[in-house]
Amino acid sequence: MRAIHVDEIRAAVRKLCIDANLYLPSDVTAALENLSKKENSPLTEMCLTQFRANREVAAAEGLALCQDTGTAVVFIELGQEVQICGGLLTDAVQQGVADGYRDGYLRKSIVTALSRINTEDNTPAVIHLRLVAGEHLLIRVLPKGGGAENMSRMAMLKPSAGVEGVCDFVVDTVKLAGANPCPPVIVGVGIGGNFESAPILAKQALMREIGSRNPDPELDELEQKLLMRINQLNIGVQGFGGPDTALAVFLESMPCHFASLPVAVNLNCHVARHQQVIL
Amino acid sequence: MREHILQWPEDAGKLDALHSGDIVYLSGTIYTARDAAHRRFVSLLQAGEGTPVDLRDSAIFYAGPSPCLPGHVCGSIGPTTSSRMEIYKEDMMKAGMKLMIGKGSSDPGLPALCQRYGAAYLVAMGGVAALTAHCIRSMETVAWPELGAEAVRRLTVERLPLVVIDDIYGNDYFIDLAQKCE
Repeated sequence: MRAIHVDEIRAAVRKLCIDANLYLPSDVTAALENLSKKENSPLTEMCLTQFRANREVAAAEGLALCQDTGTAVVFIELGQEVQICGGLLTDAVQQGVADGYRDGYLRKSIVTALSRINTEDNTPAVIHLRLVAGEHLLIRVLPKGGGAENMSRMAMLKPSAGVEGVCDFVVDTVKLAGANPCPPVIVGVGIGGNFESAPILAKQALMREIGSRNPDPELDELEQKLLMRINQLNIGVQGFGGPDTALAVFLESMPCHFASLPVAVNLNCHVARHQQVIL
Repeated sequence: MREHILQWPEDAGKLDALHSGDIVYLSGTIYTARDAAHRRFVSLLQAGEGTPVDLRDSAIFYAGPSPCLPGHVCGSIGPTTSSRMEIYKEDMMKAGMKLMIGKGSSDPGLPALCQRYGAAYLVAMGGVAALTAHCIRSMETVAWPELGAEAVRRLTVERLPLVVIDDIYGNDYFIDLAQKCE
């Protein structure tokens, strides 16, 4: 048994919120830089130049990469041999989010759903907690902007729709989204499970490293096919046209009821922020 | 594709020079307003009451900035999805709004509205908000401070880079692009 104090968790979450909003993961930066290596239209080139300059200004001046610092989505893997002491895990996470959004000058975008009253500290964060083997605590923070989130979709397909139906739904989601989710996007797809599990799989998929291959050969092949189809939509960087609509397509799948074929598509913008720490 | 330099609101009468796909560097006075502020603007307009900002020849930036760091003029700032403001646009145009600055696809009725009211929809780059903050020379909250990031702010901008999506002739860059593709 290993003890972890809530103060350590709170401080870690605070730092993750700030770092995630200021610094883009290196794989995302590399993927965007790759786009600059080929011949681009003048508008696309203008975008890519601004993306690069924006990363430099954000890091140099401590400014958020995007004004929409999002809903704080927090994935936690808690080793079963860990004992949380000094308070509640979820309280520590929520307090860490409030600290990070205050101290990092990050936008507080969270309002009550119907009366639209701002909660003033960007809480509550959306927390996904999973118990795992071991003595570690892994925390991943994914600040998720509203623009790309709003363009995400979920469907309970008929099993007869099959692989083709799933693929069409994914491509249609990106097509319908057009310029709105700030392309080039990352496409996270959750297939199977239940009504609630497919979207969580889709969100988890967004944090996979760009360039990594899916360990499942069937899903890996589908990812390549989907990326090709999506990049033929001619939406392009910021919707100005061209072949760079998506940087990656990531699929996650789990078994489901034989009456169902749930599929969820979660889009992330080109400022695909996430940071993690293992305590 | 041409490049234009516009001074706002002095050049409000020069929108006829803009065509979809053109680049605009905008300087001058613009106002931020997003969902909550639009709801308030339009309920005042529909009640026949005055608005806290004179909308005649106004440029509205669909934006809610991040908090301002000490010593800075403005926090990170950038466009939000303009199609969410769809139901408010005609009332705002009737009240004199001439420029909409946002991001993303136009709503289906927008090209016709822009043509009818002589207004234009321009996009600012999404996801470059730290860089865009450098274009802001002054910022002042002028209405509904209780809305926080959604309050209406008067901005003085300098050479804010924009792309024309809807011009006053009924052309729409994104719709034309989609049609060309099909």
